[in-house]
Amino acid sequence: MADISVSGERPGRLKEFWYYFRENRGAVFGFWIFLAFFFVAVFAPLLAPYDPTEQYREHLLQPPFWQEGGSWEFILGTDALGRDMLTRLLHGARYSFFVGIVVVVVAASGGITVGLLAGFAPKWLDTIIMRIMDVILAFPSLLLALVLVAILGPSLLNAMIAIAIVLQPHYVRLTRASVLSERHKDYVTSARVAGAGMWRLMFITVLPNCLAPIIVQAALSFSTAILDAAALGFLGMGAQPPTPEWGTMLADAREFILRAWWVVTFPGIAILVTVLAINLMGDGLRDALDPKLKRS
Amino acid sequence: MLNFLLSRLLTFIPTFIGVTLISFSFIRVLPGDPIIVMAGERGMSEERYAALREQFGFDRPLISQYWDYMTGVLQGDLGNSFVTKKPVFDEFFTLFPATLELSICAMLFALLLGLPAGVIAAIHRGKFFDRTLMSTALIGYSMPIFWWALMLIIVFSGMLGWTPVSGRMSLMFYFDDVTGFMLIDSLLSGQKGAFASAVQHLILPTIVLGTIPLAVIARQTRSAMLEVLSEDYIRTAKAKGLPPSRVTYIHALRNALIPVVTVIGLLVGTLLAGAILTESIFSWPGIGKWMVDSIFRRDYPVVQGGLLLIAVMVMIVNLTVDVLYGFINPKIRKS
Repeated sequence: MADISVSGERPGRLKEFWYYFRENRGAVFGFWIFLAFFFVAVFAPLLAPYDPTEQYREHLLQPPFWQEGGSWEFILGTDALGRDMLTRLLHGARYSFFVGIVVVVVAASGGITVGLLAGFAPKWLDTIIMRIMDVILAFPSLLLALVLVAILGPSLLNAMIAIAIVLQPHYVRLTRASVLSERHKDYVTSARVAGAGMWRLMFITVLPNCLAPIIVQAALSFSTAILDAAALGFLGMGAQPPTPEWGTMLADAREFILRAWWVVTFPGIAILVTVLAINLMGDGLRDALDPKLKRS
Repeated sequence: MLNFLLSRLLTFIPTFIGVTLISFSFIRVLPGDPIIVMAGERGMSEERYAALREQFGFDRPLISQYWDYMTGVLQGDLGNSFVTKKPVFDEFFTLFPATLELSICAMLFALLLGLPAGVIAAIHRGKFFDRTLMSTALIGYSMPIFWWALMLIIVFSGMLGWTPVSGRMSLMFYFDDVTGFMLIDSLLSGQKGAFASAVQHLILPTIVLGTIPLAVIARQTRSAMLEVLSEDYIRTAKAKGLPPSRVTYIHALRNALIPVVTVIGLLVGTLLAGAILTESIFSWPGIGKWMVDSIFRRDYPVVQGGLLLIAVMVMIVNLTVDVLYGFINPKIRKS
């Protein structure tokens, strides 16, 4: 008899995913922009022409190169303290990316664990957990984050903690809903009969089958985290100057709004493009991971 | 129906208690001593510190503090502002009409543009119009609205000079508060130009606050319409020979609106969060700006009370939407 190798994986899972993801051109576009954003975030110090906090006192509020008074020395101009805009924008990508990753990891891992617990727990514990989530969701997220940061003290780290807390209930609800629909399926029962313990059932048997909506949620909360962190920075409750965080840069630029359009325009475009790219990707992920749409 | 109503009301109570617990514990449980923070960098003497602790009851056990807090809350007493010394409850409801007026205008703006846009996009699915509209909606949905506000100010106030930069009313006019809504009060005052001034002040904040709801409503209407349009009864209606416009607007739209109603309810939280940013930028004297200012002034009773009132308001809206939804859709009511 010839040897037949059997692999447990379905052949080309990633390939299948990519096949469906590729259908959505916007999503692919978003994906490339996201890759560029990632690249910039990692290599900002190498790409940037100057130091983000270095002040060139002879070049205060110098316009971008194409405008009168601008020069190739400072391609996107300088801010009110003579710092190079391009450099600060490139460095800003690092903070936004960092915020996105940390918030998603913290909110998702916490939310998934609590959601699994709620799905498997007895009714009373489930009710308590879900009521607590309702309470958190009753507050407008930005307001809750703002108050949390005000009390913890304004800083980027505290802003990230606050945003993670505020976003976490969405993961709890999603995970619990998927768990409830999976819990009584035959494969779970058979795993239980085979003697799988609670933890194994939760994290190894059920969780992988609940991941699709959670991945989509992760993409969406990545962009929400970037927006909220920038909003907190803008209100003076996020990263503190002279950190080149995009929202904080906008807050600094507010008073020059009618005199120097570039200090106000560029950080906002950076936020918008990044968030848009991630949302485009999120739409594509949803289409590619949603089995209902796939089969039709 | 009564059972449905009662069960919804019953879930309201624990959530309300939870909300009071959160707003109560913010000051007391989290790290950082509010009295030290209030003193700022100047510091304060030991005696003054002890006196203040006693005044706010921070020296007593948490349980008895919470009891006092709750009895106050249930009687509408949320304490007095450190800064203005006025009751938080009164301040909130003096400023609330400004936020309500802005929110209603923003919601109308979003609905009047978003519903037709979503319907037309669904009818022309995959065509140029649909694609353009949905890309625009996604841009709107991704918009950092604080930046969007600054851009609009640069163009419409700075370059074109069409709209004022801040406030609700030009200083040239003065009239009494009747309803708290500038649009109505300015008309009632009978002063020439007052209404126009109110409208001018309102336009930019409305657009800024309405942008994200607009995008959400357009997207939601489109997907709800697409779902409904593929139903059998639509095919039947078409087969009966009804005019296409009747099928689309009467048969389809009515059913497509159900999920849109839920989304509108969910958007109230978004509006209030957006109001914080919008009001701060346009110096709009509503509760969003009041909250931000109070946070910066460390006016804790206001932060605490405002947080509670806003959360309760969001809860009431959600409850109303839930109940309305049960009215429209018997399937929800029965389950």
